[in-house]
Amino acid sequence: MVPWVEQHRPSSIAQVAHQRHVVATLSSAVESGNLPHLLFYGPPGTGKTSTILALAKDLYGPELYKSRVLELNASDERGIDVVRNKIKHFASLAVSSSKSSSYPCPPFKLVILDEADCMTTDAQSALRRTMETCTRVTRFCIICNYVSRIISPIASRCAKFRFQPVSTEVMLERLNMIADKEGFQLPSDVTDALVNISGGDLRRAITMMQNTYILHGNSMKGQDIIENAATIPDSVILDLVNSCKYNSFEKIQSKVNDIIADGYPANQIHDWVMSKEAFGISAKSKSIICKALGTTDMRLTDGSDVTLSLLHLVSVIMQALQTS
Amino acid sequence: MLWVDKYRPVQLDKLTYNDGLTQQLKRISAKENVQNMCHLLFYGPPGAGKKTRIMALLREIYGPGVEKLKVEIKNFKFKSSSVDITFITSNYHVEINPSDVGPYRDRDVAQEVIKEIAQSHAPSNSAAVQFKIVLLNEVDKMSRDGQAALRRTMEKYTSACRFVLVCNNASKVIEPLRSRCICLRVPAPRDKEVEEILCNVYRKEVKKELPVEAATKISNMSNRNLRKALLMLESTYVKFGVVDESSQPQLADWEVYVGMIAHNILEDQSPKKLLEIRGQFYELLASCIPPELILQKLALELLRKLDDSVKVDILQNAAFFEHRLQLGSKPIFHLEAFAAKAMVIYKKWSIEFMEMCDEMDD
Ligand SMILES: Nc1ncnc2c1ncn2[C@@H]1O[C@H](COP(=O)(O)OP(=O)(O)OP(=O)(O)O)[C@@H](O)[C@H]1O
Ligand SMILES: [Mg+2]
Repeated sequence: MVPWVEQHRPSSIAQVAHQRHVVATLSSAVESGNLPHLLFYGPPGTGKTSTILALAKDLYGPELYKSRVLELNASDERGIDVVRNKIKHFASLAVSSSKSSSYPCPPFKLVILDEADCMTTDAQSALRRTMETCTRVTRFCIICNYVSRIISPIASRCAKFRFQPVSTEVMLERLNMIADKEGFQLPSDVTDALVNISGGDLRRAITMMQNTYILHGNSMKGQDIIENAATIPDSVILDLVNSCKYNSFEKIQSKVNDIIADGYPANQIHDWVMSKEAFGISAKSKSIICKALGTTDMRLTDGSDVTLSLLHLVSVIMQALQTS
Repeated sequence: MLWVDKYRPVQLDKLTYNDGLTQQLKRISAKENVQNMCHLLFYGPPGAGKKTRIMALLREIYGPGVEKLKVEIKNFKFKSSSVDITFITSNYHVEINPSDVGPYRDRDVAQEVIKEIAQSHAPSNSAAVQFKIVLLNEVDKMSRDGQAALRRTMEKYTSACRFVLVCNNASKVIEPLRSRCICLRVPAPRDKEVEEILCNVYRKEVKKELPVEAATKISNMSNRNLRKALLMLESTYVKFGVVDESSQPQLADWEVYVGMIAHNILEDQSPKKLLEIRGQFYELLASCIPPELILQKLALELLRKLDDSVKVDILQNAAFFEHRLQLGSKPIFHLEAFAAKAMVIYKKWSIEFMEMCDEMDD
């Protein structure tokens, strides 16, 4: 038994949801047996890994899979040496002529480089050369979250596919399908909450759905999802912003302490303040607050202490509201 | 054994506070559900009881056998270096702290050690639960590459292994990892809950009642950190032989020492004093107190002592130098720079304050 995300991972290209453009192009590639180098990019849980694994299965079938496909991801060493030796070796070998009847088995191999964001530029440069020299017998599929992490000589050699956050309708369809197979009814307020919170990340939506089903069974409600979503409730942030209005340092310090002790993720406070830049203040104060937000965000990203950074931010907001 | 360990609840049923979370863990570990368990990410502040909850969860899943722990230090040779890694294992789970080895090597640990563990066999003896648990501490302290190296491992071997990740700050866990887990927030106990636990432990250990005032005092000083509160209770008891309304709770030595530095900054703003403070910083660093903790504590201590009008200034500089400290390699520079800046701020304020008083006199 495995969690639903794995259980319901698409096993053929046709089952991949939402990424219509990708699916159409790749299906015709399967038929014609012709494939360019591929570059998949997009946010987590949108089907990148699933799609390429499904494609590989559709192309080669289980028997030839091992000899024709090399899958490397961030859990494998992929330094320059590996590119120069292991990958190059695999990519340059001629393909065996063995053919299994029920699969297209095109005359090339497939090298999948998943989670390529963290490959060094050196390793990527070496890869570029291998790609050039082995095109006749090997296709590459590079997968990443941020396409900017891939050097342009590689990107320009690939057919690029952007994996979109999964749309509301498709997500509903998919979630209902899984619920159906698992034998329960998904109330509409639950799906609404799942769509809202997952932000297009289908894996996250499925995982949350399963967890909520485990916790509440058939009586699950939308509220249950929100409780478990690792988000900071609006009320908490409103409370914090309101406490700024008293111009009391002690008050904000105790609020900040509580937010941290309650374990809420600090960066969400930024997102919130950014999104609701409202609370009726002057342009000048807004610009001061935004500047402080930027600085704090950078500091937290660099690993700064949350207490000090957050306290500083809130004290700046307090000052800005006062002069506003 | 310390009181914190001695009175640590080992069963889900015995856990106090955060009842909603406890209920969830019960459902997740219930017989009919456990096979479907997803990867879990526990996040929350230090001393909130994450580890206690996780161990209680493991016990619920595997039974008391999971408490038979073996601690081993194994040496691994990677391409660039060799590292020692501490394994805490039972028949059913493995616990390690991958960030211990530092930012470049944690990726090697994820690629070679953790993947190896995930691939190796599930616990065979008890057929009830077919997967083992890999417990990783301080995931937020791992480098991005180190975290990324866990992504596919978490997917590929789910049938034989589930991950439980632990961290303080969920924002520092990369999005793809969060997407692979159920994220469970573990809030620190509220002041009242800390007090209750203190009273219970005191009653069990000393066989006397802990006066409410004493419990409140300790709870306030510990800032909702339960571990800290219990340590404080015990050390106060050890020092005085009893804890009552009049006993002054014992802070950790380093905290007292930071308090002295704050005092020094306000006492005299001169190069000579700064030199003395440098010595004090060195001493703290030499006893392995993390520099960012020193700076945080010092700033909070100054905030406590200073006038509201300079607090934003102090904070601004504290946050600034703490950030510098994270990026740089010599903590002492940034600690000292902050101390100097604090002196300037205070001096300026006191001069203005004097002038104001003079004006009022005129
Ligand atoms: N387009 C999709 N169609 C069907 N299922 C999907 C799709 N996208 C995601 N899923 C579900 O989410 C799970 C994870 O998807 P996948 O591994 O393909 O994500 P990914 O894009 O590779 O994410 P990451 O960037 O985190 O590696 C799958 O097992 C599947 O259950
Ligand atoms: Mg993937």
